[in-house]
Amino acid sequence: MRRLGWLRSTAASVVVAAAALGGLGGGQAAAQGKQLTLCWAAWDPANALVELGKDFTKQSGIEMKYEFVPWTSYADRFLNELNSHGKLCDLIIGDSQWIGGAAENKWYVKLNDFFDKEHISMDDFVPATVVGYSQWPKNTPNYWALPAMADAVGWTYRKDWFARPEIQSAFKAKYGRDLAPPKTYDELKQIGEFFQGREIDGKKVYGAYIFTERGSEGITMGVTNVLYNYGFAYDNPKKPYQMQGIVNSADAAKGLEFYKELYKCCTAPGMTNAYMQEGLDAFKSGQVAMQMNWFAFFPGLYKDPNVGGDKIGFFVNPAGPKGHFTQLGGQGISVVATSDHKDDALAYIKWFAQPAVQQKWWQIGGYSALKAVVDAPDFPKSAAFAPQFLESMGIVKDFWAEPSYAQLLLDMQKRVHDYVVADKGTAQQALDLLVKDWTKVFKEQGKEVASQ
Amino acid sequence: MDTMTTILQPDHATIPGVSTPAKSRAARRVHGLSDRTIAWLFVAPTIALLLAINIFPLIWMIRLSFTNLNLSMSYLPLRFVGLDNFSDILNDEDVWFRLQTTAQFVISSVALQVVVGFGLALLINRQFRGHSFWTTIILLPMMLSPAVVGNFWTLLLQPQIGPFNYLISLFTGVPPSSFSMTGQVSLAPWTIVLVDTWMWAPYVMLICLAGLRSIPDYIYEAAEVDRASAWRQFWSITLPMTVPFLMLAVLFRAIENFKMFDMVNLLTSGGPGSTTELVSISLKRAAFEKWRTGYSSALAIILFVTVFGAANIYVKTLNKVKQR
Amino acid sequence: MTAAATKSTAHSIVEASPRAKAFASGLVILYAVITILPLLWIVATAFKSQSDAIAYPPKVIFEPTLEGYVNLFTVRTRQTPDFIAKLPPPQTWYDKLVRQRDMVIAGPSKVVPRFVNSLIIGFGSTFLAVFLGTLAAYAFSRFRIPLADDLLFFILSTRMMPPVAVAIPIYLMYRQLNLTDTRLGMILLYTAVNVSLAVWLLKGFIDEIPREYEEAALVDGYTRLQALRKVVLPQAVTGIAATAIFCLIFSWNEYAFAVLLTSGEAQTMPPFIPFIIGEGGQDWPAVAAATTLFVVPIVMFTVLLRKHLLRGITFGAVRK
Repeated sequence: MRRLGWLRSTAASVVVAAAALGGLGGGQAAAQGKQLTLCWAAWDPANALVELGKDFTKQSGIEMKYEFVPWTSYADRFLNELNSHGKLCDLIIGDSQWIGGAAENKWYVKLNDFFDKEHISMDDFVPATVVGYSQWPKNTPNYWALPAMADAVGWTYRKDWFARPEIQSAFKAKYGRDLAPPKTYDELKQIGEFFQGREIDGKKVYGAYIFTERGSEGITMGVTNVLYNYGFAYDNPKKPYQMQGIVNSADAAKGLEFYKELYKCCTAPGMTNAYMQEGLDAFKSGQVAMQMNWFAFFPGLYKDPNVGGDKIGFFVNPAGPKGHFTQLGGQGISVVATSDHKDDALAYIKWFAQPAVQQKWWQIGGYSALKAVVDAPDFPKSAAFAPQFLESMGIVKDFWAEPSYAQLLLDMQKRVHDYVVADKGTAQQALDLLVKDWTKVFKEQGKEVASQ
Repeated sequence: MDTMTTILQPDHATIPGVSTPAKSRAARRVHGLSDRTIAWLFVAPTIALLLAINIFPLIWMIRLSFTNLNLSMSYLPLRFVGLDNFSDILNDEDVWFRLQTTAQFVISSVALQVVVGFGLALLINRQFRGHSFWTTIILLPMMLSPAVVGNFWTLLLQPQIGPFNYLISLFTGVPPSSFSMTGQVSLAPWTIVLVDTWMWAPYVMLICLAGLRSIPDYIYEAAEVDRASAWRQFWSITLPMTVPFLMLAVLFRAIENFKMFDMVNLLTSGGPGSTTELVSISLKRAAFEKWRTGYSSALAIILFVTVFGAANIYVKTLNKVKQR
Repeated sequence: MTAAATKSTAHSIVEASPRAKAFASGLVILYAVITILPLLWIVATAFKSQSDAIAYPPKVIFEPTLEGYVNLFTVRTRQTPDFIAKLPPPQTWYDKLVRQRDMVIAGPSKVVPRFVNSLIIGFGSTFLAVFLGTLAAYAFSRFRIPLADDLLFFILSTRMMPPVAVAIPIYLMYRQLNLTDTRLGMILLYTAVNVSLAVWLLKGFIDEIPREYEEAALVDGYTRLQALRKVVLPQAVTGIAATAIFCLIFSWNEYAFAVLLTSGEAQTMPPFIPFIIGEGGQDWPAVAAATTLFVVPIVMFTVLLRKHLLRGITFGAVRK
């Protein structure tokens, strides 16, 4: 009998506790003041944004809440949220490739009227970011986001290792040229091979770190940096969605082969499913000489006590035989259409667009896309990686931003990972299959796909 | 269907029948609700909940499986496409590969778990000093969240910074960074089997232990009188008498591993390439990343039919074994 | 134990010889030690610093720190050393710890709300499942219900479906009903999954209670409901408690539904723990700290449940 009493009291206390903790429903306890939730990825710039947002709260009295999700689950998580018409996010800093789907499905509030009313002009922002983060359809004046975080793929290297006389002379003896940050992918591979397996300070180190992640977007965001420069394009510039012979051209296949060679010759073993975080871990723990990663992380790396400061250098994504491009990253900030606090959310965007706020954003670790900030004469000197960033933003290309982008991306993830990491088939076969996959997706989306 | 209930209630026969004497039933109706009312009142909420959360959605899904619905392009007109989704799936080489991968995973992990679990049960059954403490330790992994633990295994198996490779290198002399458990096509399928076995061999062990303890001592004593060798005793007494228990363990493990999503998703996310992409991971990608709701509904239905069909055939066999 | 050992000299096959015992105990202890190593590594990692946790090669001996736990419960921002030098001296030991890394605490992290979600959803669904399950199990045990076997099989079969497949229509349904990412939605879903286990287990437990007790109570003038409350439930209380713990463990550990159907408000710990990120990479010490805290209740339950474990994991099929 006593035991039954125990059970009953436990049950009762659980019910009471549940009630006390904000009810069973949404639990969206309406706080006294106004509140906004901003959704983004969990990474260094997000911490800077939290810092920046304190000014907004001070001025407007609106409290800011944040939902940050790691990159590998970011698209997955928030596209799910948008699709479920959820109310978690009022503001979202969504990835550039989502813009098509977000516009077509009306997940985001269209910002044209708001921009006109508040005299915010998209001409004041870096053109690549406006096309990449805000417009849908591309190159039309239909805006769905304010460019919030400019980003692209760049490289870091161990400046201290590169500077050592014994390493320099060994390199010169082997390759007949001075050891310097690479300008082309061939040079990068040479340097990678040179460092691979070399003993430095009693530890075995490796040449380069590149993206290979399978689950979300990692390997695609890595391989495109090589593909673009070897002559790959998404479709025929004259005939939209015509991919045969463009996506799977012989040049593109060579680019894909090169990425695999780079993966085989110069990366640390076990980097088979690695994205931004693994790259940072590898670089910070002194395993690699060069690291591919997003500019967004460079402020943090520069401040790193072990490998930052004088020990770290930066270079732009190297050129290939057919061009010089780099993968666009970065996001725009949008208002979620199902939010109950759209006006407050717009007020946040209005505040965020101010030049003074944008200037501070850059200073504390974000990357502004405002021309007034990045075109300022002292900008290149404002950070060790600022010149490389500026150059990169001039040569960016982005992945598809179609509503079906997730399918297109997953298909590419699979085909590329199958070839590069899992050793399945040839580069040409992988790209041929990719054209087949993509053709199917576009047909499902109701697009005409010409074969020639 | 009855077959399932019989096997799951092995001592059903020992429980008194469900019929109640007419006399007491009449007496009972005098106070309070009638038994029939109570019976329905008690069963109805459970059935209602299951209808709402399981059956109604299932019917909805069957309807969706005949459409082209894609949630990431919900502005497109909804079309009924007949059996197109089903024929797409059944003609897709990739789906067959995923099913093969899943079958290989289920078979090898269950087989390994049976060997390890049964072996452990035999050893523990010797009732050495402190056996109950060590048994509890061994049981721990299976009580933990596969997702949380799977996530941590990525660190343990990382070639440069994880301890696993160093431990292997300690015993074999192979350089620790020379292989990658989750990244190599040749190793990754075994890695998920290994981690799954680490988690679930104790499950098989526990069931086998019950089987071993259900064998009455006198059978062994009789065998001893007949001077049967220990080996002979194992093959003619221990093994046959634990087989029903083993098969039960195999049934539960096979169903669970067929459903496997959490641990593998966090450990390898299906990689390298698609080497460990189990059918649940594919389904999740189709349904919740590509948002092909129509297509994935069809795939889900095919999976249901497969698991029910297989479970039923298995249970029938299991009952035959039991009846022997 | 010593008594048993002396008995075994009498050459009984049932009682193993001392040598066989030593052999068995050696192997089992070896297996147990190997099996526990990953868990010990988790506990140890929680006390490492960021750089020790990802040291290359891994470190077995390290200087313990509570940084992992501090990082788990806080959000921190990196500041310049000048800024930190200008701050008033740290108030607490954890402030001090964080400042050593050139950071300041910006606020609490989301781990507490997520833990609370796990508690509410776990206990809420367990309570409902056991409540509904007890009623249904009693009815199945004591009354003649038409198609009882089919109904019982149907109840069990709901547990055979892959969660990812079940989640597809649930996602659409919850979207219509505004139940996505709500605690209520998750409680209902977990209840539906758990009720099958509860019915099966509890039917077994109630079957074991002799009907004579109730019959006697009914003759004494109790109604059915009174007899259930005053006679059957007190007898079944151990079984109910064991069932409840099994249901709780399921909802506590569940990942697939949680990751697909919650995003923030109702997110539980399993999808949250892999999301714990430090500066740059995954914050392994904090992840390990969260894993440790998350796992401790389950370890306690395992010890408590030992007697009923077998029954729980086999849906009552094996009762020893």
